[in-house]
Amino acid sequence: MASVTFDKATRLYPGSTRPAVDAIDLEVADGEFLVLVGPSGCGKSTTLRMLAGLEEVNDGRILIGDRDVTDVPPKDRDIAMVFQNYALYPHMTVAENMGFALKIAGVNKDERATRVLEAAKLLDLEPYLGRKPKALSGGQRQRVAMGRAIVRQPQVFLMDEPLSNLDAKLRVQTRTQIASLQRRLGVTTVYVTHDQTEALTMGDRIAVLKDGVLQQVGTPRDLYERPNNVFVAGFIGSPAMNLFQADLTDAGVMFGNHPVAIDRATLAGISGKKVTVGIRPEDVTVATSGDGLPVEVDVIEELGADGNLYGHSDIAGARVDLCVRVDGRSHPNAGDKVYITPKEGHLHLFDVESGARVGEAVIA
Amino acid sequence: MTQAAPTLAVRATAERSAATARTATKRRPNRRIVLNIILGLFAILWMIPVIGLLVTAFRSTTDAQTTGWWTAIGNVFGQHWTTTNFVTAFTNLDLGTNFFNSVAVTVPATVLPIMFAAFAAYGFTFLDFKGKEVYFAVIVGLLVVPTQVALIPVLQAYVAFTKATGIPIVGQFPAAWVYHSAFALPLAIFILRNYMSTLPVALIEAARVDGASHFQIFWRLVVPMSMPALASFAIFQFLWVWNDYLTAYIFLGDANPVLTQALYGLLGQYAQGWNLVAAGSFITIVVPLIVFFGMQRYFVRGLTAGSVK
Repeated sequence: MASVTFDKATRLYPGSTRPAVDAIDLEVADGEFLVLVGPSGCGKSTTLRMLAGLEEVNDGRILIGDRDVTDVPPKDRDIAMVFQNYALYPHMTVAENMGFALKIAGVNKDERATRVLEAAKLLDLEPYLGRKPKALSGGQRQRVAMGRAIVRQPQVFLMDEPLSNLDAKLRVQTRTQIASLQRRLGVTTVYVTHDQTEALTMGDRIAVLKDGVLQQVGTPRDLYERPNNVFVAGFIGSPAMNLFQADLTDAGVMFGNHPVAIDRATLAGISGKKVTVGIRPEDVTVATSGDGLPVEVDVIEELGADGNLYGHSDIAGARVDLCVRVDGRSHPNAGDKVYITPKEGHLHLFDVESGARVGEAVIA
Repeated sequence: MTQAAPTLAVRATAERSAATARTATKRRPNRRIVLNIILGLFAILWMIPVIGLLVTAFRSTTDAQTTGWWTAIGNVFGQHWTTTNFVTAFTNLDLGTNFFNSVAVTVPATVLPIMFAAFAAYGFTFLDFKGKEVYFAVIVGLLVVPTQVALIPVLQAYVAFTKATGIPIVGQFPAAWVYHSAFALPLAIFILRNYMSTLPVALIEAARVDGASHFQIFWRLVVPMSMPALASFAIFQFLWVWNDYLTAYIFLGDANPVLTQALYGLLGQYAQGWNLVAAGSFITIVVPLIVFFGMQRYFVRGLTAGSVK
């Protein structure tokens, strides 16, 4: 087991001017489960493949433990990888698939069999050890891919969207299994996904990437409660945080006709007369009259215990779509007009120009 | 949500699929018949020379000399049918020596190019090196060179080699091995590279992460998964070399005559006794048939099924 360090690691594909991964600095502690998350094309898979040695590092360094592995071939890095499409060897049985790395490493037959069986027990794969991959279901294949990694007892697990080929129900199940398995084995894990729910539920810490640049690293709670910039604010959380521009007046930030006071220090950090306001759907109080931001209700999404209210408002002549969490049993209906105000301590402010966070969450 | 909506939707889909099934069953028999007639016609057209050869193999020398084989089909009972052609051909072919010679030429001339081509194809598919495309283009370009133009220069080179080193090569089996292998390589590399480039790259990467060297990846993954392509090429090359007359005649000649040469020897000076050649052909065709049916089991589709996704 070991830590992983990215030290200004950069990947520039030949023929392109913008790096796919741009000088990433990232530390993964020993035994930690780190999730790399971002929209497609953000460089998260490239980052993982750089760590695996499947992608060249053009600048900077990558360390596993204290060892600089920047130029070490994948086979000598002591890592195991789970691929998005599983990449099982089609002509080998499940047992042979799982034991392949050990065979290559020259582990003797008896020990190989023992370790394969151990991993198979862990993953409920015992009855299938003699089968070929094509005789397995998607979920079983996924577990074989996991098993192949576990058998190795590597320094680091790398997982590249291992759940994206499973159906929704199995994905949720497997998500929990992988997370608890990782905690039991205590192996440092770097996990790539584009699904922010997966990131929030599985990771000890999450690293958000966009356009090859690291946006923020932190615990799921950190990222949810204190996003560093507009991108992270909009990416983490579902339904997404409401983001719109608001005017700054002497009374504070204008939430419709409802002013929200902000402290002097935060105010000093804002340049100009406008600010980007962020408020999560559940951090809003809904009233049928009074002050606040007027919202026309377009549709109500029933979720049972609660519901999502989708509506729009007119802010400075532009239509802004908004989402608000409402009670499942008593809520406004489509076509109604409601007035929303932020709950105390949950208004996020971002600079209009740079998108960077300004100050702490603001009291209403 | 009410129950009615999904039920209706389900029923609609069921009806639609039943309708498609009905039209399919209605249309299918007609299409099958037309298809079978066309295929049958082609099969017969392609079989005509073989049928001619088969008929001739059972005719007497006089009949074969005087009338065409098709006349025998119209006049089945006015012929002198005989099986002596097979007996004579069998004895005169001197199978003991010539058969062995043919095998001694064909097997290495099939195995060697496949082995080299598989290595080369692996390199062209999975390794990155400078000038990869150029090298590959040159190799594919060599496909246009006809075998015949190189006969004399290669023969001269063999002779020069023997003069310089004292090692005899013309008339020896390696002379044919080298020539056949060299001319098989461009096509073999081309076919195998094209096949290997369809293998999922993730598999190769998985093996690299699993600690395998290129050599191990080649033998344990790429070769087993490339079996269909390897087998197809093996059959082509085997048939080509087994049926080759020109190369064997030039490089081996009378020192180590192969079956095709012995077959030619059955023909008299004025081409009398081609009924013997016909019978002999049917004897020598046995081996290619065995090879073909023996290797057929490697033509498996979906060899990579279940590996990705």
